[in-house]
Amino acid sequence: MEVFQRRWVGTFIVILGVTFPIALGYLWLVLTSTNREVHGLWPIGGWELQNWRFLWEPIGRRPMIWQVLLNTLIFAGGVSLLVVTVSAMAAYAISRMNFKGRGMFLGLVLVLHAFPAVSLLIATFYVLVMLRLFDSLLGVVLVMTAFMMPLGIWLLKGFFDNLSWDMEMAALVDGASRFRIFFQIALPLAKPGLFALGIFSFLIAWGEFILPYTFIASSRVWIFSIYLESLMGDLSATDFGLLTAVGLFYTLPAVIVFLLGQKYLLQMYYGGSKG
Amino acid sequence: MRAAALELKGVPVALRGLAKRFGTVDALTPVDLDIEAGELVAFLGPSGCGKTTTLLLIAGIYRPTAGQIYFDETQVDHLHPRDRDVGMVFQSYALYPHFTLFDNIAFPLTIQRTARNVARERVTRVAEMLGIGEILERRPSQVSGGQQQRAALARALVKQPRILLLDEPLSNLDAQIRLQARGEIRRLQRQMGITSILVTHDQAEALAMADRVAVFCQGRLEQFATPHDLYHAPANTFVAGFVGHPPMNLVEGRIENGRFRGAAGLELEVDVEGDGPATLGLRPEDIRLDAGGVHAGEVAIAEALGRETLLTVELGSGLQLPGLQLKVLVAETEAVPPGTAVSLDLAGAARHLFDGEGRRIP
Ligand SMILES: Nc1ncnc2c1ncn2[C@@H]1O[C@H](COP(=O)(O)OP(=O)(O)OP(=O)(O)O)[C@@H](O)[C@H]1O
Ligand SMILES: [Mg+2]
Repeated sequence: MEVFQRRWVGTFIVILGVTFPIALGYLWLVLTSTNREVHGLWPIGGWELQNWRFLWEPIGRRPMIWQVLLNTLIFAGGVSLLVVTVSAMAAYAISRMNFKGRGMFLGLVLVLHAFPAVSLLIATFYVLVMLRLFDSLLGVVLVMTAFMMPLGIWLLKGFFDNLSWDMEMAALVDGASRFRIFFQIALPLAKPGLFALGIFSFLIAWGEFILPYTFIASSRVWIFSIYLESLMGDLSATDFGLLTAVGLFYTLPAVIVFLLGQKYLLQMYYGGSKG
Repeated sequence: MRAAALELKGVPVALRGLAKRFGTVDALTPVDLDIEAGELVAFLGPSGCGKTTTLLLIAGIYRPTAGQIYFDETQVDHLHPRDRDVGMVFQSYALYPHFTLFDNIAFPLTIQRTARNVARERVTRVAEMLGIGEILERRPSQVSGGQQQRAALARALVKQPRILLLDEPLSNLDAQIRLQARGEIRRLQRQMGITSILVTHDQAEALAMADRVAVFCQGRLEQFATPHDLYHAPANTFVAGFVGHPPMNLVEGRIENGRFRGAAGLELEVDVEGDGPATLGLRPEDIRLDAGGVHAGEVAIAEALGRETLLTVELGSGLQLPGLQLKVLVAETEAVPPGTAVSLDLAGAARHLFDGEGRRIP
């Protein structure tokens, strides 16, 4: 007991040591965004909400922040939903069904996973233009989803592999079709995996920059990361107070989603359903 | 009495040259089997002999490599499981963990789109019949193993199938509940007159419950007979050695001029014509200890089994070559310690004779 506690204290100190600089950074972000001037971590000149003015007025010729927020929600939510839906179906088929080329498909998915998305940017650009999906949210959502599929398939395949065959056979004998088994038996039992993947891909999409930056041109469909980048555009005139406030605002939804979904994310590492 | 309302009627099942191969493994070599309507047949055999495979072929989970399956003269082996109208209990019970027991049992009815109130009534009736009516709102993980087994049985019975398949349904229960469940399943099955197949590797269970027993070994059907015939007229040396506890003594030797000659000078008159290699089977419980017996030997091991004691008697010890060990089952009161010289009386023992290939000589 004693030993356990002492070790726990040690762990705590290590974790504190590692996270301290990060926590300081966030503190700085909060202070800078709400004060006229900050020296070190010491606020000077009192409160002001000047840096948060982007909430009620457009900054320069940029779109209103609420439009950007909506776009980002649609983007990350769409990616999350699509990744979960398509991966679940693909993973179930790969895990439970016997079809020609199954092994090869699985290998291919793995190879795709190894490809950095950046190396495919130009090819993807042409495909999008051809499909008339360039400069649209749908286009980026599709591309982003495609890049996340290998991870999603492998993750959910692990969950489906853990379901007992007996249960599936029992359902067949009970008269269920494979579709019914998928929807009523397999999906509910893989729920922790679905949530984990959903939250994970939401967070990844929320932070994604390269893909939207490349495939979105007009400010109408800007998302947060592009908006933020535009504020840093020319360094000479960068308004750091504004930048920190926007950055903070940008982080908030991600933090909320993370806190809500933390327990599912942890499940990802165990990769399996418990009864 | 309540069961009468379920109105189940079994149908005959016939397997014709049924075979299944997984890659290079012959899980089942061509099997012919005729099961009568309302009969309870046990599939008995050691692990990996193809019992489950046969059951899953009948249920429609596996497609046969060769052969046909008939339910009531109708060929069914091309049908999807849902069109075969069978109920099945899996060894692991395979209940759906995210459903309550009620929803588990109602699942087959939900699929059949049975009207809600009808389904509710039928689930309740089957559940009450099996004594789990009070715990239907619980999840499988919240009930005991015995209750899970009943729920699985209820799920198999609720759609009133023509055939009931049971894959080692009792193997996860402790000895006491197992005995009780045995009787219960048998009673239900009789009441409903439902054709049933029970897979087991417990011979006591098979012999006690089944009308007829099919003994499998390595994908082959070795014998299909009543428990009585299985015990008194095993078709070959495998069945002879597998059925019966303790197992039968099998002595290799030759038949010459109507006499069987085995090791250690064992010689017996047999009612068989023709000479050749043969195996003689003697049940331990048929052999007597007898002071004046002709087969002299010495007790090597004595195992107390409770009411009885199993003696291992070494015949022809000493200079006579080669030695021969026979198991002899005697009443506890007759038991003698190891090292005692005894002689055996084989006169009253049924003599099971098998030819060079191990087949019974009638
Ligand atoms: N899906 C499968 N793929 C490959 N081989 C299989 C498959 N199912 C069964 N087998 C093989 O077929 C043989 C028979 O298996 P089966 O499950 O029918 O045995 P069993 O008699 O039910 O044994 P147990 O008493 O252990 O349950 C075994 O050798 C097994 O390894
Ligand atoms: Mg089995």
